[in-house]
Amino acid sequence: MPKPDLHELPASTASTTRVQPPRAAAHQNAVHQNAARLNVRSGRRGPDSLKGTILKIVLLGLVDAFAVYVLMMLFLSQSWAALVVSSLVVLAINWIYLRKGGLPAKYLAPGVLFLLVFQVLVVFFSGYIAFTNYGDGHNSTKEDAIAAIQLTAQKRVPDSPAYKAAVLTKGGTFYLLFTDPSGKAQIGSTEEPLSEVSGAGKDSTGKANSLPGYETLKFQEIVANQQEILKITVPVSEDPADGTLRTADGSTAYQFKPALSYDAATDTFTDSETGKAYRDSGKGAFADANGETLATGWKIDVGMDNFARAFTDPSLRGPLLGVILWTFTFSVASVALTFAVGLFLAITFNREDLRGKKVYRILMILPYAFPAFLSGLVWSGILNPEFGWLNQTLLGGANIGWLTDPVLAKVSVLVVNVWLGFPYMFLVCTGALQSLPTEIDEAARMDGASPWRVFRSIKLPLLLVSVAPLLISSFAFNFNNFNVIYMLTGGGPRFADTDRDIGATDILITLVYKVAFGQGTGRDYGLASALAIIIFVIVATISAISFKQTKALEDVN
Amino acid sequence: MSEAQVRTLPTIEQAHVGGPAPLVPKRRPFGVWFKDKGWRHAVGIVTTIFAVFPLLYVLSAALDSNGTLVGSNGLFSRFDTGNFTALFNDPSRPFGRWFLNTLVVGLVTSAATVFLGAMAAYAFSRMRFKGRRVGLLTLLLLQMFPQLLAVVAIFLLLSGISQVIPALGLGSQLGLIMVYLGGALGVNTYLMYGFFNTVPQSLDEAAKIDGASHIQIFFGIILRLVTPILAVVGLLAFIGISSEFVIASVVLTDPDSQTLAVGLYSYVAQQRSENWGVFAAGAVIAAIPVMALFLFLQKYIVSGLTAGSVKG
Repeated sequence: MPKPDLHELPASTASTTRVQPPRAAAHQNAVHQNAARLNVRSGRRGPDSLKGTILKIVLLGLVDAFAVYVLMMLFLSQSWAALVVSSLVVLAINWIYLRKGGLPAKYLAPGVLFLLVFQVLVVFFSGYIAFTNYGDGHNSTKEDAIAAIQLTAQKRVPDSPAYKAAVLTKGGTFYLLFTDPSGKAQIGSTEEPLSEVSGAGKDSTGKANSLPGYETLKFQEIVANQQEILKITVPVSEDPADGTLRTADGSTAYQFKPALSYDAATDTFTDSETGKAYRDSGKGAFADANGETLATGWKIDVGMDNFARAFTDPSLRGPLLGVILWTFTFSVASVALTFAVGLFLAITFNREDLRGKKVYRILMILPYAFPAFLSGLVWSGILNPEFGWLNQTLLGGANIGWLTDPVLAKVSVLVVNVWLGFPYMFLVCTGALQSLPTEIDEAARMDGASPWRVFRSIKLPLLLVSVAPLLISSFAFNFNNFNVIYMLTGGGPRFADTDRDIGATDILITLVYKVAFGQGTGRDYGLASALAIIIFVIVATISAISFKQTKALEDVN
Repeated sequence: MSEAQVRTLPTIEQAHVGGPAPLVPKRRPFGVWFKDKGWRHAVGIVTTIFAVFPLLYVLSAALDSNGTLVGSNGLFSRFDTGNFTALFNDPSRPFGRWFLNTLVVGLVTSAATVFLGAMAAYAFSRMRFKGRRVGLLTLLLLQMFPQLLAVVAIFLLLSGISQVIPALGLGSQLGLIMVYLGGALGVNTYLMYGFFNTVPQSLDEAAKIDGASHIQIFFGIILRLVTPILAVVGLLAFIGISSEFVIASVVLTDPDSQTLAVGLYSYVAQQRSENWGVFAAGAVIAAIPVMALFLFLQKYIVSGLTAGSVKG
């Protein structure tokens, strides 16, 4: 088919061409020239050019090569479920890009892939974790837990013989070379159980101190690596029940045996000294008759336990209610205050003939340009009750607990969040105000309305139509505004009625973070995920209702 | 600012302080001027002080090698660069590395975000396919679930990946970038989709008739005409990622691989008052490039934000 002349274009296209503004027409000319320069085949929707095809093959080849590597690693680590899913994904990718047609999928696939894995999948995974007891001491299978208990709960065997020991390294791993009382040389590391070696070099006392292929640590090096060396526990054999060899000084080692011995037949641990028996409690841990559990447990499904705990556990229930209330107060107040300040400023500076307007504007949006995580930290310095600028310099050495008094801390958080957020609202409101037709103003004035009346009855409602969706997303953002809280107060001051690290300014998301990754109290992934699910539900419900009310979804049609 | 404006500004300040305002033009009494414009300047000055003071405070603390929080209270009482030298000479807190890491993670992520978002927006804006409307709605809903809520799951997922492919798991910046790219569609696609729709379809059609392939249309025509929105999305992504703390703090454990947000927090996490001066110096260096970029491109950002907000 010959390249069609512009005059022969179908009527519809030709007509749009005619009504196009001059600039678009110029674009179109440029496009035609571009197309000619690129020497594209005329008018035919055929296979891609040679260059394109090669590029496609190379890119897909790289992706597939990486995929094969991943699949091999998955095969080697025997992760069968992941292997199946990954294979299906790889097949899908190849199908999308090798078949003819299905153009939208080709453009959407990469982004959607990341979206599915790191946004959709993790949400479902959170849901799964919420129903387990995943966390510190509960992060593996029961077999792993049994082995770990046997390894950690060890005591020195009374009157066990002393082994002479030397510390060796190979490839960054520390090994211990033992000489047992009979003079036999054996080597092992935390990963490799004891094995006999021959050909070890010996010093004058008959202690084996070197081995070909290994490097012997000198005394200074032993001192420098003390922490690592103390951690070396060499299993005597593959069976953890046989005990381990450990050294305290890098030159003598003693035999350690599990203080708790495991009996597979009855599924119990028995303390070799007290004779106390620990049984599977059904809650992912071994417990004795009094309910005392061993530190290492394993992961089990606990059903609704985490959700139930959130609302019944006395150390959690009260603080959690406080946190939920404050989260709502914080996000509503933040949106209301920043919007009020931003709108007020937008009206104030919505005058063409105001001198210095540009300077004001640039200076006022500086907080918005300042990285958010730094703002909280900088303000925490200014507001610091003991050393901060506000108390020390402005208030002349006053001792006001801006961050340590529960009420003042909340006020401080809000003030700082207004500082952070008003420039955004100022910009948005200025844009919205300027897009309102000026005739409205004039017409209303003619009818004798006061400026305030014009604003309240005409401008504000019109403004809200365009700004409402932003206020909702601003609410959703502040609901999870982690940085301000965590950097400014760290959630403190802490509540007195709980032993957990929960405080008066904690919002739900900082609470989740602290429960999951906090210092001090153990990590509790299950509980944190349950709280995250609760937040999901709250935010989604509120957003859905308010979006429906503002009919923001109509745009999509 | 014109010369006239410079000359009249002191007048305004005096008026604000409550002086007798001797320099106010004679033809208008002060009361009238104040009611019309003067109060606006008063509001402007108060707001400007509120907005700028914390920034001046941190700049002053950075330039005072006294170092502690209490020593930073006398604003601009000393000038030296001791904090900056201390900042770059602490092997346990490699500030230079943090800066570089932030730059790498931020640039790679924002570039990829722009690219993935633009491809999706192109598909939604130019093609009609089954599930298009559902797809757009799903994106709108998904962006309501911020990733940081799923931080526990992300942590466990990555720790699972580390056992198979250590280069993509915990402690790896590549892993962190992939996590961030999970949010590459979402709100960005929406911003771009709106902007793509303003480019007339007839351009595509004309090019198609000339025989251009969809790839040539995408790269050769569309992407060139929508550069402003690409810049806005890229910049917002960069700023967002350089401030991101939660996921970065969980994924990046080794000080050498951390970003500025995680690293600088560690400076003042334990004892806020001790390292204050050095922290302030780090904060200034971390903030200046972002703020410069922001002010340089603020026109585009403002139009991007308002384009998203003001419909019709």
